[in-house]
Amino acid sequence: MPSSEAPAVTPVPTKAPSPGGPKAVPGPRPIEGRSPWALAWERLRHDRVAIGSALVIVLVALMAICAPLIALATGHGPDKTFPLTGLTPAGLPRPPSATFLLGTDDLGRDLLVRVAYGAQISLLVGVAATGLAVAIGVVIGLVSGYFAGAVDSLLARVMDIVLSFPLLLFAIALVVIVGPSLLVTIFVIAFFSWAPVGRVVRGQTMALKEREFVEAARALGARASRVMFVEILPNITAPILVYATLLVPASIAFEATLSFLGLGIVPPTPDWGSMLAEAVGYYQVAWWFLVFPGGALVATTLAFNLLGDAVRDALDPRAGAIFGVRVEAGAKEA
Amino acid sequence: MAFTRFFVRRILQGAIVLFVISVVVFVMYFVAPHNVARLIAGRQATPATVADVARRLGLNRPVIDQYWHWLWGLLHGNLGYSFYSSEPVTSLIASRAPVTISLAVGAAIIWLLIGVGAGTLAARRPRSLADRALTAAALVFYSMPAFLLGLLLLFLLFFKLRLAGVDLFPGSGYVGLSTNPASWAWHLILPWVSLALVTATTYERLTRGALLDVLGEDYIRTARAKGLSERRVVYVHGLRSALAPVTTQFGIDLGTLLGGAIVVENVFGLPGLGALAVSSVTNEDLPVIIGLVMLASAFLVAANIVVDAIYALLDPRVRAH
Repeated sequence: MPSSEAPAVTPVPTKAPSPGGPKAVPGPRPIEGRSPWALAWERLRHDRVAIGSALVIVLVALMAICAPLIALATGHGPDKTFPLTGLTPAGLPRPPSATFLLGTDDLGRDLLVRVAYGAQISLLVGVAATGLAVAIGVVIGLVSGYFAGAVDSLLARVMDIVLSFPLLLFAIALVVIVGPSLLVTIFVIAFFSWAPVGRVVRGQTMALKEREFVEAARALGARASRVMFVEILPNITAPILVYATLLVPASIAFEATLSFLGLGIVPPTPDWGSMLAEAVGYYQVAWWFLVFPGGALVATTLAFNLLGDAVRDALDPRAGAIFGVRVEAGAKEA
Repeated sequence: MAFTRFFVRRILQGAIVLFVISVVVFVMYFVAPHNVARLIAGRQATPATVADVARRLGLNRPVIDQYWHWLWGLLHGNLGYSFYSSEPVTSLIASRAPVTISLAVGAAIIWLLIGVGAGTLAARRPRSLADRALTAAALVFYSMPAFLLGLLLLFLLFFKLRLAGVDLFPGSGYVGLSTNPASWAWHLILPWVSLALVTATTYERLTRGALLDVLGEDYIRTARAKGLSERRVVYVHGLRSALAPVTTQFGIDLGTLLGGAIVVENVFGLPGLGALAVSSVTNEDLPVIIGLVMLASAFLVAANIVVDAIYALLDPRVRAH
């Protein structure tokens, strides 16, 4: 039921001249016009899972922002090794203690500080790769859907080809040539993530461009770019938003996988994936080395996935009843 | 016939996709600022040696020539020779493939069983405790990269159990199926489970959603009304049509399975294609990497064609597009 049933002007004027209702008893609420976004926000605000996962994400973000402060407070730099205090006499990592709250790693570095700095990389890659992928996907999807014909068949074919690239092997191949780095990681993830966004946007655009408001805009002489970005785009932000929320955890997980294989973030930089790769040789004697970076990684991706689900449910209440049908949103293979 | 035409067209499209991928990969390698001849000749080689190596490998010829030569070889089942060991790439791949196939096939069977089973269970009692527990578990595993689950399984089921004196699972290694089937399965259980659990979650949610939808249909009510047993209604009438989205997903996942297998092989020290890929990266062994990329792409394209063909067989409307 669209919000058009209640004209947006009603609330203020009707309330003022009607002082009849007794103040103590809450009378019938004045009819209020609420946009679909306001309705979704209202639903999201009362969703305990959404609030909880948003809190976790805020916490991780705070940890990332405050990483230098944590380093300052503990006096342990992210790459600084403490061979005397941070390692046992046998040269093994030390368990969590008052000086090293989460223990140390194989080189005697403070895990707490490194996990906090790792949050920076994970969030940066997750958000940057998603932003880039969504930007490319939206532009290509809009163009492809709006201009049918040759342009569309060409772009649709390009999307097919990108979707046929074996993601991980191609990432491996690329890294051999250009060498692993943060930028390469972001570009690889974005390059392989825009095509599904493009498909969704293309489909929606094709459906919307036949609608009256688009015809009206065209009749008024709007240019193609205006019709695409001002008329059509605002109407498809909901699916894009849902997809983006689910693309962030997929990107974070894929970055961790690449770094774990030694193809993403290069070692001295603190990163959850490469920390886990370092932990492989030591988890038998140092559980904290495996559990803390791994826990941070799962907590972050889980929180984003839960939030993405909640956003989808809030924007499309019907999806709630058949929870999880549209799994294609969470880009696989991470 | 419409279906044959559709099928031929899909195969042609697939061939074009593979052709484009091969050009991209080839250009990436041989046009990128990257001196292959120096790589092979070694760091200490004199310029004369480097030039000699380049001539021997045909690297001084135009890129088009080189590409043609490579494509010609590919069409004849020859992917070139490893820079590192000089072995044919095809035989390197063939020697490693059984491990990856064992891992992939086993994992696929397990994730289908777990995923569809759990999804059916959840759909039969929606909003029950079991349903909620399964949904929660699915989300946790879905959020977990396969390598992390593998590490945790190694830690808990291999290391902790061994500490407790129970030597239940081997930590790494591979035994051929023909050598000792029991030992083969034994060594693969943990890798199978790590790969299967992270994928099964998608199937649990797909099956649950689709089955819930289907169970609300009129023909299910009819089936119940004519007195069929609940089991027959759910498993025969309901599940059959609920499995259509599962089939699509399975095709997609089969195509990308190689990627997941690479990661898991790495965690468990299995000498499969994944290990080959990672070691080729260290050795900068370009022909092997190109071969693996082409193999994986072919796999992906073939899986997509099979899914489309199944869909076309099931639904005649698809053929028209």
